[in-house]
Amino acid sequence: MKLCSRVILTYLALAFATSGALAQDEIVTLGPPWNEAGERLLIQGSTDVEPFTPVLKAFSARVPNLAIRYEEILTNELYERAMRACHDGEASADLVISSAIDLQVKLVNDRCAQPHVSDRTEALPDWANWRDEMFGITFEPAVIVYNRDRVPPEQVPRSRFDLIDMVRPAENPYAGRIATYDIEQSGLGYLFAFVDSQHATTFGRLIEALARNRMVATCCSAEIIDGVAEGRYLLAYNMLGSYALARAEVDPRIGVVAPADYTLVLARAALIPRWAENPEPAKRFINFLLSEEGRLQLAEASLIVSFGSSEDGGSSLLSGGPSTLHPIPFSPALLVGLDRQKREIFLDLWRSSVGGIQE
Amino acid sequence: MNSRTARPPSIAWRLALAITLILAAGGLLITVAAYAYGRQAAGEAYDRLLAGAAFEIARSVSVTSGRVVVDLPTSAFELLALAPKDRVVYRVLDRDGKTVTGYDAVPRPPQSADDVVFYAAEFGGETVRLAATRRRFAERAYSGEVGIVVGHTTRARKALARDITAKALMILVAAGLAMVALTVFAVRSSLRPLGRIERAILDRNPKDLSPLHVSSPREIETIVVAINRFMDRLARRVTVMQTLIADATHQLRTPIAALRAQAELAAAEENPERLRSITRRIHQRTVGLSRLADQLLNQALIIHRADAVEQQRLDLRAIAVRVAEETDHDLPEMGRDLGLDLPDDPVEVRGDAFSLVEAAKNLVNNAFRHGERPVCLTVETLAGEGRAEIAVTDNGAGVPTCHWADSGRRFASTAGSSARDAGLGLAIVNAVAEAHASRLEFSRTADGRFRAALRLPLQRDAGS
Repeated sequence: MKLCSRVILTYLALAFATSGALAQDEIVTLGPPWNEAGERLLIQGSTDVEPFTPVLKAFSARVPNLAIRYEEILTNELYERAMRACHDGEASADLVISSAIDLQVKLVNDRCAQPHVSDRTEALPDWANWRDEMFGITFEPAVIVYNRDRVPPEQVPRSRFDLIDMVRPAENPYAGRIATYDIEQSGLGYLFAFVDSQHATTFGRLIEALARNRMVATCCSAEIIDGVAEGRYLLAYNMLGSYALARAEVDPRIGVVAPADYTLVLARAALIPRWAENPEPAKRFINFLLSEEGRLQLAEASLIVSFGSSEDGGSSLLSGGPSTLHPIPFSPALLVGLDRQKREIFLDLWRSSVGGIQE
Repeated sequence: MNSRTARPPSIAWRLALAITLILAAGGLLITVAAYAYGRQAAGEAYDRLLAGAAFEIARSVSVTSGRVVVDLPTSAFELLALAPKDRVVYRVLDRDGKTVTGYDAVPRPPQSADDVVFYAAEFGGETVRLAATRRRFAERAYSGEVGIVVGHTTRARKALARDITAKALMILVAAGLAMVALTVFAVRSSLRPLGRIERAILDRNPKDLSPLHVSSPREIETIVVAINRFMDRLARRVTVMQTLIADATHQLRTPIAALRAQAELAAAEENPERLRSITRRIHQRTVGLSRLADQLLNQALIIHRADAVEQQRLDLRAIAVRVAEETDHDLPEMGRDLGLDLPDDPVEVRGDAFSLVEAAKNLVNNAFRHGERPVCLTVETLAGEGRAEIAVTDNGAGVPTCHWADSGRRFASTAGSSARDAGLGLAIVNAVAEAHASRLEFSRTADGRFRAALRLPLQRDAGS
């Protein structure tokens, strides 16, 4: 733990609760001073600094001579920087970890990543490894978050069908009090909605039902979950499970449900940019994240969510079996959602049902 | 020690070498062919995938208020994702060649009338295989073509091609091993009869020269036949030798005994007049004995030559001339009386000149000794029968007709014919005749002369 003394939280202004989307770049450095000539590893990621720092520390403890710098950057910015650096042939980060896996797929497809093969990457399931250039390191479900005080236990929707049924009556307490991401602003919300639309015919009915009930489409995990905790919203759909569970641990007002019909699962994707200056430490870090210890650390940070009854403590538990889990595969099919025309068409569809009711 | 280092080559090793070479060459050929085929098959398979994706995207194109709209189907990309590790590119172009959506940098398709065109291009530093198709719109707001291009990198193709090749090679290796195993089996089983022959020869009594009876395949049967022929010759040689010794013993014993009696008589004789007469008789006996010894040795030599010396093409007239010369030399007092009757054309036969000369000389000698002059040596071509004849005729009584059939046998002369030592001579002639696939024939000519003839097969391509 002596190493921890060297941890410098350069800028940790806001609480985890509000850091979701609005935060400025936050930076963590670990190990020897950054400017010293020596081995260095620059990671840029969309993951919040607070939950990710213990993971970085655990890695730093293993490689004490490696200077590590982690910069928290929003997904779009992250993508643009990486793309620009790729086209200019410049080194940006040594490792890019983003929850916007569609953008990561695009980076790989545009040949902006370099391959890395190890025992650990080969052990990954196919859906979490594309071209040996992009690796899924977390396991985060898209969940329904509800207010435990305001939603009676018997009314808690266990699936999308429950949700549709729940809001069917003309006069119901949920009208105007169901929130989801504004998919025009939130890349993650768009990704979840888009994959939802590919997955099931329920999507259309759901959007229609929610729109009829004046669903609130707004920004950012933290704000929506705050709203649920405070009772402004009773229910939030398609929230990222890692945030929700982390909040639920400390806030008894928040309840979390993984839809039983199917639960989308997102794996944050790590890739090494093509022109990375220090690919070797980046590879080592990926191997660490995929190792037993790395996975344990990620589980501690709620970034790997276990389902069902699990013996290894520390990981967050959700009901639901693997059969209903639908990990979003890393595949060029994700490029479809990024297509300018497709996006326009999809957003038109969204707006036509939800758009008018935005708060 | 040396003999061990220079061991004779082994059939098994030669076959192993040959099969290795065949397999190596065949393997190389098949590898190349399999790779070519694998590449083609993989290419076709993935081209169809590309075409499918292109068609699906084409179907999703629509025109809304004069604008081309592409509602990109995820299924098309899922189709492309069947090449799981390949990067994907796409581009939709309107009638003016402007990009509607997709990557601007995707190269345009070559001009073609086909529904779908495949081409390769460089994209982002990697080779991509592209499929292009078109969709025509004839609407008031938009009239023209929309081009759709879909492509991916070639990793999956190469992997599939390698996979196909590897599988083909696995089959090839298996087939090769099977071939080697079969060869080993085949060589062993086909060489087994040789072992049987070896055992049959080793097991038999050293004095046993009877033919081998070993069941063997056709190819090895020839070896058995050769061995049997060799044994037969050996057996005959042994028999001839034994007979010769028996003959010599039998034929020499009487004259030597007589000679000894004469010599004893001479030793006891006081009277010079009688002594001289005894000495003269001893001389006569000695001359007869030496001729007998000559004939015996000649016969042995001729029988040996029949088995051992290769026959050559020769002219019977030359034989006759040699006979005349040698008769003149051996028997100067008779030679001048020998008539020669030769045709103008060469009479070609296959044979051993020495044996034929000996045989003819014997016939001539017999004629002079036992027949009556004039003796005549004739050479004739019997074209109708495909044979040639060398014959001796004389005016004597000849061999009595009742002895014509068995005159060739040894000792026949001792049976009491007038020709005392003609027997051995005729036996030699018979032996020569046998060695030349012919026979000794006696006959009487139209004017009653006795005639002894050797009829030899004519050389087939004589005169050519």
